[in-house]
Amino acid sequence: MALFPDPFDTLSSLQQALDTLRTSGWLASGPSGGGSYPPVNVFRKGDDFVVITEVPGIGKSDLEIQVKGNTIRLAGTKSVTYPEKASLHRRERLAGRFDRTVTLPVEIDPDGVKAECRDGILALFLPRAERDKPKSIRIA
Amino acid sequence: MATAQELAVRDKKELVSKEEKTVPGRYYVPYADIYETGEALCVVMEMPGVEKKDINVALENDVLRVDGQIDFSKYEGMEPVYTEYNVGHYTRSFTLSNKIDQEKISAQLEDGVLTLTLPKAKEAQPRRISIG
Repeated sequence: MALFPDPFDTLSSLQQALDTLRTSGWLASGPSGGGSYPPVNVFRKGDDFVVITEVPGIGKSDLEIQVKGNTIRLAGTKSVTYPEKASLHRRERLAGRFDRTVTLPVEIDPDGVKAECRDGILALFLPRAERDKPKSIRIA
Repeated sequence: MATAQELAVRDKKELVSKEEKTVPGRYYVPYADIYETGEALCVVMEMPGVEKKDINVALENDVLRVDGQIDFSKYEGMEPVYTEYNVGHYTRSFTLSNKIDQEKISAQLEDGVLTLTLPKAKEAQPRRISIG
């Protein structure tokens, strides 16, 4: 019926897709299968992987990202400051430090990893290592 | 001071609304800090993924309403394989008790954190009364 994809349809299908995978055991073999800050979402884009995490209030300078083999370490501190002489009405934002390692079940190329941090979203682009890519075998 | 503490994960709070939206999709309630100084009321809200152009702030009948839309077209062509949180638009409203100078409300967005400064109207600012 629809001539073009409904943008609102896309959001709810994305939300549904994200929800179904909440219980996936994809990262279960890693040292931090879940429950540590920051929460991550892992996507596959073609051959490569993208790790996305929400880090509001954490600037580029407060983040430390390390890659070794197929393990990524995300560490940093989040600070919440108030001006002097301010009286607080509501305090919901949390401050603190974090340190998380995520081990991917695929080999990644550490030299090709790119990180982008914008509007409180950190995205890590992880290219799959060439030797880990599946090869097609031609039947002779 | 609080930096020595380990950050804990909190599930995002989903919006529970009296009215239903006509379009499907979940909304989240952004975490907020509110503080008051002598001159202004400040509302600080965490809205990761929302761009400057997609934030809507309205003050009507003493109700401050903030709405932030995320651009989910960025997720196009990406297939989720493992997820720990969901994404959605943000919305939250507050009833303000102070008299606010509506003309002078200013907003600032940095690293996904929106800071709204709502200057108090002259009559609402504290006056120091000296005893004669």
